[in-house]
Amino acid sequence: MLSRRLIPCLDVRDGQVVKGVQFRDHVVMGEIVDLALRYRDEGADELVFYDITASPEGRSVDRGWVERVARVIDIPFCVAGGIRSVDEARAVLHAGADKISVNSPALERPALIDELAAAFGVQCVVVGIDSLRDADGEWHVRQYTGDPDKTQALSRRTLDWMIEAQQRGAGEIVLNCMGSDGVRKGYDLEQLSVARAVCHVPLVASGGAGRPEHFRDAFIEADVDGALAASVFHSGAIAIPELKQYLRAEGVAVRL
Amino acid sequence: MSVVLVDAGGTNIGSVRYALQRLGADAQLTSDAATIRAADKVILPGVGAAGPGMARLRELNLVEVIRNLTQPVLGVCLGMQLLCTHSEEGDTDCLGVVPAVVRRFDDMPGLRVPHMGWNRLVGCQPHALLAGLGDDDSAYFVHSYAVPTGDYSLATADFGGEFSAVVANHNFHGMQFHPERSAAVGAKLLKNFLSL
Repeated sequence: MLSRRLIPCLDVRDGQVVKGVQFRDHVVMGEIVDLALRYRDEGADELVFYDITASPEGRSVDRGWVERVARVIDIPFCVAGGIRSVDEARAVLHAGADKISVNSPALERPALIDELAAAFGVQCVVVGIDSLRDADGEWHVRQYTGDPDKTQALSRRTLDWMIEAQQRGAGEIVLNCMGSDGVRKGYDLEQLSVARAVCHVPLVASGGAGRPEHFRDAFIEADVDGALAASVFHSGAIAIPELKQYLRAEGVAVRL
Repeated sequence: MSVVLVDAGGTNIGSVRYALQRLGADAQLTSDAATIRAADKVILPGVGAAGPGMARLRELNLVEVIRNLTQPVLGVCLGMQLLCTHSEEGDTDCLGVVPAVVRRFDDMPGLRVPHMGWNRLVGCQPHALLAGLGDDDSAYFVHSYAVPTGDYSLATADFGGEFSAVVANHNFHGMQFHPERSAAVGAKLLKNFLSL
C-alpha cells in the first residue's frame, strides 16, 4: 500500500533556509545541507526546496546547492525556483534533483508544463499553485509570491488552473493555501477537498500545519497524498518520528 | 571491483552514482562497449520514456552488448523496464532479457497515476539481492508503467493490484523503485547487488 508522504519544505533564499509568516518577514532557519540531513535522519519521506527569490528576480535557481544536497541525501527531493525552460530544468535534474516544480513561470507561459513533461516525463513535473480566496468567494491563483512587493493576484481560478496543469502534463500538484499558510491553524480542508475532486494525479497539501491532527485531517478528510510543512518541522514543534507513530495509530499508511 | 553506469541519458545517473559512492563504489559513467563488457557489475539507470531510452541504446550500438552480458546487471526504474521484451509505452521493443511486457497502470477510480511515493515491498523471495530485507520495508517509486508479476518477480508491490517491484532472470536484475532514493532500504539493496 502506498504511504502518505510527510514533506518538509525548505524555502531557500541566498543559499539559506528561511521561513516567513504568510510569505513575509523571512527569518533564517539554517543551512541547507544540515537541515536536509536532519530531515533524512528523522524519516522525512521527501524534501522540497523552494528558491523563493528566484522567480521575482527573473533568475533561475542556483545549482551548486542542488548537487551538494544530492550527494548526501538518499531520499527524493524536488527543486523549485524560477525554472523557465527545458534546459534550466535539465540542469537541475542532472545536478541530482528528482523532480522540478514550476509555479510562476508556468503561469507566465503554460506551455512550459507541456515541454517539461515531453522532455522528462510527467513524473518529474510538479506544478505548484499559490491560491487565495478572494472577495467573490472563489479561490484564485497568486503569482510571484516569493516577494510581497511583486505578488500579483490573477483572475485565473485555482481549480481551472489545476485542471489545465494536469492536461498539460503535471505529474503532481502542490496546492499552497495562502490563507492558512504560516499561522498553524490547520490545512485548508475545504479548499483541499474541492481540489482533490478535480486532481487525478498526486496532490500535496501546503500551508497551515501546526499540530499532528492537522496532518491526520489532511490525509483522512481531504485525502491528499502528501503533506508539506515548514515551520513546525524547522522549529522542532513537531518531530517526524512521533508524528508518524501518531498517524499510523490513526489509521494513516505511513513509512516507519 | 569495477562498476559501470551505462549512460543511456537518464536524469537520475548522478543520483545513482552518488548512492554508489556512499557505499564506497566509484562507478564509471560510460557508453563504451568494451568498458561495459569488462566491468564486474553493470547498472542501467533510467528516467524518462521507453522509446527514447531504447533509441539512445540503439544509437550507441549497445543493444546487443547489453543482451550478451554475463556479469550481474541491474536495471533501475526505466532501466528495469528496458530489460523486458516490450513496453506499451510508445509501443517499444526493448532488450528482451526479462520475459515480460511493460504495461500502463489501468485507469481506475482513485488510482492516481503516476504511482509516486513510498510503497511496501511484499512477497520477497529468498534471493541474495533481497538479503536482510524486512516485512515493513518500503522503497520510493515514481512511474506510470509497470512490469506484471511472473516467475521473474523477486518482490512485488501493490498499487491498484500487484506488480513487480524487483525482478531477476539469469544475471539480469531490475528494481522498479529508486534504490538511490530509498534511504537505508535502498542502500542495502544496492550493497546486495554489488555483492552478487
